[in-house]
Amino acid sequence: MSSPIGQPRLRLPAQVKAGDIIEIRTLITHVMETGQRRTPEGQEIPRDIIKRFEVRFEGALVFAMDLAPAISANPYIAFPFKAERAGRFEMTWTNDAGETRSTNAELKLG
Amino acid sequence: MHMTELSSRRAMLALALVGVALVPRPGLANLPDKVQAAIDKLRAGRAAQQGRVTLRLPAIAENGNTVPMSVMVESPMTSADHVKAIHVFATGNPTPEIAVFHLTPAMGRATVDTRIRLGQTQDVVAFAEMADGSLHMARAEVKVTIGGCGG
Repeated sequence: MSSPIGQPRLRLPAQVKAGDIIEIRTLITHVMETGQRRTPEGQEIPRDIIKRFEVRFEGALVFAMDLAPAISANPYIAFPFKAERAGRFEMTWTNDAGETRSTNAELKLG
Repeated sequence: MHMTELSSRRAMLALALVGVALVPRPGLANLPDKVQAAIDKLRAGRAAQQGRVTLRLPAIAENGNTVPMSVMVESPMTSADHVKAIHVFATGNPTPEIAVFHLTPAMGRATVDTRIRLGQTQDVVAFAEMADGSLHMARAEVKVTIGGCGG
């Protein structure tokens, strides 16, 4: 019984020129249950986190992150990318149970 | 396991005594055993140099549940010379690992941002692993007013 992986939110800059290094910001709704907490009745609440985030551009892995329970709820992750050509990002979040949520974004060059 | 940690610590002490500082203090001094073990595993015998890594955290975090963290590494991010990974450890959380970021030259710059949980006042340590296998590190203290590992 894992918590739902919420809707991913992405932010790419509006105006991008070839050669720019842009910042991509991501946020996904997730409880990031640490496995350290107990219910008021004293029962352990099992760990349930997003453990992996991957970013592909035109199919090639460009950035990834392994997350631990020390990442805050609703993980925010920002990273740079050097815009050399237009193309498509695919980002995937994976939880402890192996369930995934993906989203796409187009990089357009002005 | 216990013996290994002990002997590696003795080895470091011996090296320090003969004047070969693996890392300048306060780099990796006085860490809890499980943090030291996690860092030793990453280092795999490699020295970690101070510098090139900037670990940006607030000096005081009122809420340990969500502490903004940036790690920046000086690197040209070319295929020959780039940051392969950034490993971040907590020295005072129930588990030492915070995150491992896997970087590629396609990023153009070695900077990552996220938000972390800190259960109490403690140091955070970041290691950058370069394409040539070398390690660079930075350490920062965060004073936490309200802890964030929620028991």
